[in-house]
Amino acid sequence: MAATIPNVLVTTDWVAQHATDAGVRVVEVDVDTTAYDQGHVPGAAGWNWTTELCDTLVRDIVPADKLESLLGRTGIDNKTAIVLYGDNNNWFAAWAFWQLKIYGHDDVRIMDGGRKKWLAEGRQLSTDKTSFPAAKYKAKVPDNSLRAFLPEVQQAMKSKSAALVDVRSPQEFTGEILSPPGLPETCQRGGHIPGAKSIPWGKNCNDDGTFKSFDELRSLYGAQGITGDQPVIAYCRIGERSSLTWFALKHLLGFNNVKNYDGSWTEWGNLVGIPVEKP
Amino acid sequence: MKPDHQTSRREELAGWPVTIDTYRLGEVYHCTVSNADPGARIARADGSTREEAESRAVEKATRYLAQTRRFTT
Repeated sequence: MAATIPNVLVTTDWVAQHATDAGVRVVEVDVDTTAYDQGHVPGAAGWNWTTELCDTLVRDIVPADKLESLLGRTGIDNKTAIVLYGDNNNWFAAWAFWQLKIYGHDDVRIMDGGRKKWLAEGRQLSTDKTSFPAAKYKAKVPDNSLRAFLPEVQQAMKSKSAALVDVRSPQEFTGEILSPPGLPETCQRGGHIPGAKSIPWGKNCNDDGTFKSFDELRSLYGAQGITGDQPVIAYCRIGERSSLTWFALKHLLGFNNVKNYDGSWTEWGNLVGIPVEKP
Repeated sequence: MKPDHQTSRREELAGWPVTIDTYRLGEVYHCTVSNADPGARIARADGSTREEAESRAVEKATRYLAQTRRFTT
């Protein structure tokens, strides 16, 4: 582990200077899929997580051929430096980052602070639909060491072979609510996976949306016994908040074995006969 | 264009803390209402004035928030 900010983060200043450089592609990915149209970093592409970063038939991450098509029409080839940013302190930017790493893209970075910081700094916004010259992209074989599936999570719960980190809000963790306020309930039972630690995703971030420092993150997770000595599986409701925690653990703290359980509570909280812990 | 007239404030709607963010870009005000935790967008609306954009977004958000149930733990 190195106590430095690694090269997976870029500043808003860097993006302002390099957003349209050859070999760089800036992409906005928001929870609010309409946010891009309300103004975005000039020259940035916009991806819709509900249609472009998933399999819309089977519940799954984006298929390889669909990702290749998306990247190709965004003008991205295998050597492009992809800089992701978005709303909610980069929730879905992290979701895109995680999937791009699964498919082996080498140079992916996140704009620290995301859309929130860019707006707060009063930087230029564009409402133009940007088009890009088509490129050819070839995805690598998926690296599923970054992803946890249900059987592995069940095994981790039973044998304590991995630390489970629940990144949802405390009210979701205790089962007081079944979904974040104002959003549809998508599970039958509330609570958490037995033995999981509650470390809400927002604790990774400062008020301005940037990530906390290496030392602050190490202290946050170390206080809960998450030190990198043991495998870690992060989960939330649908896997996007936990991809941000996955990013912090894997790429900011440098833990080797970190997985995102994207089935998350919408899978676990709907299963018949599976243990749930409350509060 | 640069965004201006930016505001962000915390309020309670239907018993839930929310954040109401508004900015103007060009001639249009954009308002987003998000739940305070985890910070997900509940509703958004545009308008030619701040009041118009915010009242539309708040009305929609209040309706959605009122459907959130609390369970005894």
